[in-house]
Amino acid sequence: MHATIERDVRTFLDENFMLDADPTALSNDASLTRHGVLDSMGVLELIAYLEQRFDITIPDEDTLPENLDSIARIVQYVAQRSNGQAS
Amino acid sequence: MNRPARHGDARDGVHLPHPAEEVDRITRHLRNAAKQHKRRGFVVALSGGIDSSVVAALVSNAVGPERVLAVLMPEIDSASDTVPLAERVARHLELPAVLEDVTPLLATAGCYARRDEAIRSAIPDYGEGWAAKLVLPDPTRSDTYALSSLVARDPAGREHRVRLDPDAYRQVVAATSFKQRVRAMLSYFHADRMHYLVAGTPNRLEYELGFFVKNGDGAADVKPIAHLFKTQVYDLAAHLGLPSDVRSRVPTTDTYALPQRQDEFYFPLPHEGMDLCLHALDEGLPASALCDVLGLEERQVQRVFDDIEAKRRVAAYLHATPTLLSPVPPRTEQDEAVLDLAAS
Repeated sequence: MHATIERDVRTFLDENFMLDADPTALSNDASLTRHGVLDSMGVLELIAYLEQRFDITIPDEDTLPENLDSIARIVQYVAQRSNGQAS
Repeated sequence: MNRPARHGDARDGVHLPHPAEEVDRITRHLRNAAKQHKRRGFVVALSGGIDSSVVAALVSNAVGPERVLAVLMPEIDSASDTVPLAERVARHLELPAVLEDVTPLLATAGCYARRDEAIRSAIPDYGEGWAAKLVLPDPTRSDTYALSSLVARDPAGREHRVRLDPDAYRQVVAATSFKQRVRAMLSYFHADRMHYLVAGTPNRLEYELGFFVKNGDGAADVKPIAHLFKTQVYDLAAHLGLPSDVRSRVPTTDTYALPQRQDEFYFPLPHEGMDLCLHALDEGLPASALCDVLGLEERQVQRVFDDIEAKRRVAAYLHATPTLLSPVPPRTEQDEAVLDLAAS
């Protein structure tokens, strides 16, 4: 499941925010905001995508960098959320 | 950039030590701008807020009140004190003024209908008798991302707070931006017919951090206070003797139907704190240097610093001029540098 989430999230980020950048250059642990991949509007887009694609609800109090600021954190959070284990 | 003397309290660093000298410097630049472009005077979109009032006073100082046109452009969502305050400033400065209610133009452009359509995607009952605004969480009180929410008040006075989806959020912002763009259009109508320049009103917070609408209030021929912290704009307002009710008015966006402070919509702190943070970043000071004066913990100040960096990145697009495939005369020094680089 983790591999599927990572693949889909990478595809979403590549298609919407990184455009022609080398997608392999972004490590799983890299901060998406500090690397300029996401701004606040991008975070809003990411949340909407994750909710729709993985059929989860992300409450306001979960919109935290520790849940969403790297591909690894997103994968972990979405997996937990999908299993009904909200962080 | 203005670099006032710094000593003692951190607040000293964001005040103007010599407002009279700054007024002289700005008015000299304004006269030069008029000469350079061979224009006779200045148009100012006057809202009754501190920034446009100070700019009106400065251009009046530069060329005389008879060569300034104050354009008052309220619309249906403007605060009730907007026009009276703007009229008061125009009278105080003895400026010719025109009142242009932009509501019909905005309605024709679909400003209100497009905005309400987007809001109804989240609040289906939204319509006549409702009012709304966009708000940010307080980043000093929460670790969450600064994601805007829509706050709507129904006809019974109940408040509803929802997170808009990205498409709806962008449509609300895009529709609302008609307001600044229609005002820019009318400002340039008057500037063209009178052979004047348009004087823009952003202060440094707004200019540097992108709190303006591209081709809206961002459109101007000269921006005489874009280098000044908001605190310094207040210093100039006091020095210029502007009416006390203008100087004491809380800065608002005056854009949404519900009252909305600038620090609810865009800036993480009220302007005094934002000025101190920008100044600290100018000076390379750490977040810890501001804890006492702001009454915040280091991590809270750091969050404001991070927000400033994020807003600077967003502002880069707002400031960008159109991309050209190659420099076209008349070339700027920047264009020449690009050509030199390409030839090397």
